[in-house]
Order: sequence, then structure tokens, then C-alpha cells
Amino acid sequence: MHPIRKQRLVLVSLTVVLSSAAIGLVAFALRDNINLFYPPADVVAGKAPTDRSIRLGGMVVEGSIERSDTDLDTTFWVTDYEASVPVRYAGILPDLFAEGEGVVAEGMLDESGMLVATQVLAKHDENYMPPEVAAALEGKTAPQEKPLLP
Amino acid sequence: MAPVGALLRAVRRYNTSMWTFIHKLGSPPWFFGFSGSLVRWLLPITVTLLLVGAIWGLLVAPPDFRQGNSYRIIYIHVPAAVVALAGYYVMAFAGAVSLIWRIRMADVTMRAAAPVGAILTAIALVTGAIWGKPTWGTWWVWDARITSMLILLFLYLGVVALFEAYENKTAAARACAVLSLVGTVNIPIIYKSVDWWYSLHQPASIKFTGESAIDASMLYPLLLMIVAFYCLFVLALLLNMRAELVWTHRESGWLKQLVGDT
Repeated sequence: MHPIRKQRLVLVSLTVVLSSAAIGLVAFALRDNINLFYPPADVVAGKAPTDRSIRLGGMVVEGSIERSDTDLDTTFWVTDYEASVPVRYAGILPDLFAEGEGVVAEGMLDESGMLVATQVLAKHDENYMPPEVAAALEGKTAPQEKPLLP
Repeated sequence: MAPVGALLRAVRRYNTSMWTFIHKLGSPPWFFGFSGSLVRWLLPITVTLLLVGAIWGLLVAPPDFRQGNSYRIIYIHVPAAVVALAGYYVMAFAGAVSLIWRIRMADVTMRAAAPVGAILTAIALVTGAIWGKPTWGTWWVWDARITSMLILLFLYLGVVALFEAYENKTAAARACAVLSLVGTVNIPIIYKSVDWWYSLHQPASIKFTGESAIDASMLYPLLLMIVAFYCLFVLALLLNMRAELVWTHRESGWLKQLVGDT
């Protein structure tokens, strides 16, 4: 290769490597701000601010959803399987909101540690399958709970 | 030792013909003819793949157990996003070739890839928003995946704008090449954003190693659509490059001769 071209190749490589390193370091330093939400463990540990609105993300605890009979108020617990945080929300929930599914709730923490949400978003996972397959998978795990004989 | 010698000769011959081919690609008249015959093949293939993939994905593939039919936008969203990322490397590689070897055709490639990539990125963002509303409950959220994808759109549009900002197109190509190369850092960030940070966007369903998180009956039409979008990208890139060549060589003899012939 011609020496001038070799020199240019080195310069081009250095440009890519150094700019990547610089942006990588910035992203690493800002990692707390790039995260969209706090996991419940961080909220319980007091790492999330209580004086401004935060986002909390995790799974809705099975059997924890309580809906009001008179208005839209809903309370549920969000967990990351290390800690759980209660959430209260008065509004329309997304279609995919369900127990055992992912959720991101935005709001302020009150004195009791409950998140008073102004917005609740459903976070779905990367699994896609036809209803029959999902039913078959359910069927495989479900019989363990049923008694073998009536 | 005779077979080894024959093998070495074959490799050398292949190597020579490969380099001859690469050198020929740098010649505008040769590229114009070559790309013309390529487009004639690629156009029907792309249209067929898109039609088959769309019909398979939208009508034949089963609905999702949780999202029902709304997940079918995946057949546009994912292919557009995948090729938008891959297309950036095409643009950045052309930029590197342009900087190191100063080949005019590399400038043309880089310049032609930018608007195609921008449109694909815009398609990915818009279909993502349309999909986000019924599934997540919002059109837009500033999470790492979506924000880095928006930066990708600005990088593509930046290359287009920067190229137009210069009167001297050689200087324009050099500036655009540097911008493209610096922007490459964004591609792995987009790809890994859902694993590195907490985001609303879910991790990848198609996995290179191990079993994919999407059922085979839904995966095959998706893979077909990704191939179709790759073909579409190459097709749009070639047509864009040919348009650029016609404009810059409008006074050249070879083009006049070509137009006169047909």
C-alpha cells in the first residue's frame, strides 16, 4: 500500500477508535441518566429521588392488582424479584397491562414509599408466539397445580 | 505438490480478477453499465420478495398470543430498522474508502446511501410510534433505543445537509466521510442499548446464537422481509448512484453515446 494511503488509513482508524472511546466514556458516565427507569430494589434502597418525578420499572406482582369499584383508581405492586414497590394510578391502563407482565410507571414517591403514578406504560417482552403455542406452554406447566385424581 | 501449486495459482488468479473487478467499480462508465444490468435483475426479485413477505407476514402468519394482530407491524418495523443500521456501515465504509483512496465512486456511494438510510430510519421510528401506542400506551418515550435511533436519523440527515452545504464537492465528501465515520459509534449503541440500559423497548427477538424468542411460524416471514429490505436498499442505492452519475457526467462523451444508442 502507498505510504500516504497507509497514513490515511491509520488516521481514519484513529478517528473511529478515539471518537468511539470518547462517546463510550460519556455514555458510561451518564449511565444513570440513560436508564429509563429505576428498578424497585433501587427505590427501596433510597437511591431514587423523592422530590421529583421518577420512573419505576419492573413486573406487576401476581395477585396484587386492586381496582376500585367506584372510580379508575388501581393499586398494584411492582417487583424486580429483589424488592417490591406499591403503585397507585388513576387512569386508563394500556391493553397489555396485566399481572406478571412488565410495566413502567412514572410519578412521585409519597412519604409511605408508594409511587403515585401519572402515567403507566406496558413493557412487553421479546417473546412472540401463536395463541395455540402459548396455550400448549401453559398446559405443560399448569398440571402440576392440579391434583392427579379428583 | 502439483495440486498445491494449482491451488495457489487459482487463488492468485481469483485475487487478480477480484482486484480488477474492484478497480472497474471505480470507473463511472463501467459502473453505469454494470449497475444497469444489476438493477434489471434486482428490481423483479425485490418486488417479489416484498410481496411474498408482506402477504406471508400480514395474512398467513398467526396472530400473537398477547398482542393479537397489532404485532404484524413488526414485518415493516424490524426490517427497516435492521437495514437502516446496516446501511450506515455501507455509508461509513464508502466514506473511509473516499478518505483513504480518494475514489470518486466512493463519494457517490456515500452520498447516495444517506437519504436511503434516512428514509429507512424514519420508517422504523414512525412504525415504532404507531406500534407503541396500542402496546405500550405511548407514541414516544425517551429511552436509550428510541433516542439513539433518532440520533441515527439526524446523522443521516446531517450527511445529506453537509454535502449540500459545500460548493466544492471534494471538500463536501471529505467532511461527510468524517461525520459518517464518527457516527459509526452509534450503531453498536443502538443495537446493544436494550441490553446495556433499562429501556421500555424490549430486547431483540431474533438471536444469532441460541433459539429465537419468536415462533418459527412468525420468524420465517420476518427473515424474508429483512432480505427483501436489504434488496430494496441495494436497489435504491444503485438507482440513486445512477441518477447522480447521469447528473455529474451529463457532458461526458460516454453518457451521450449511451443515450444516443438507445
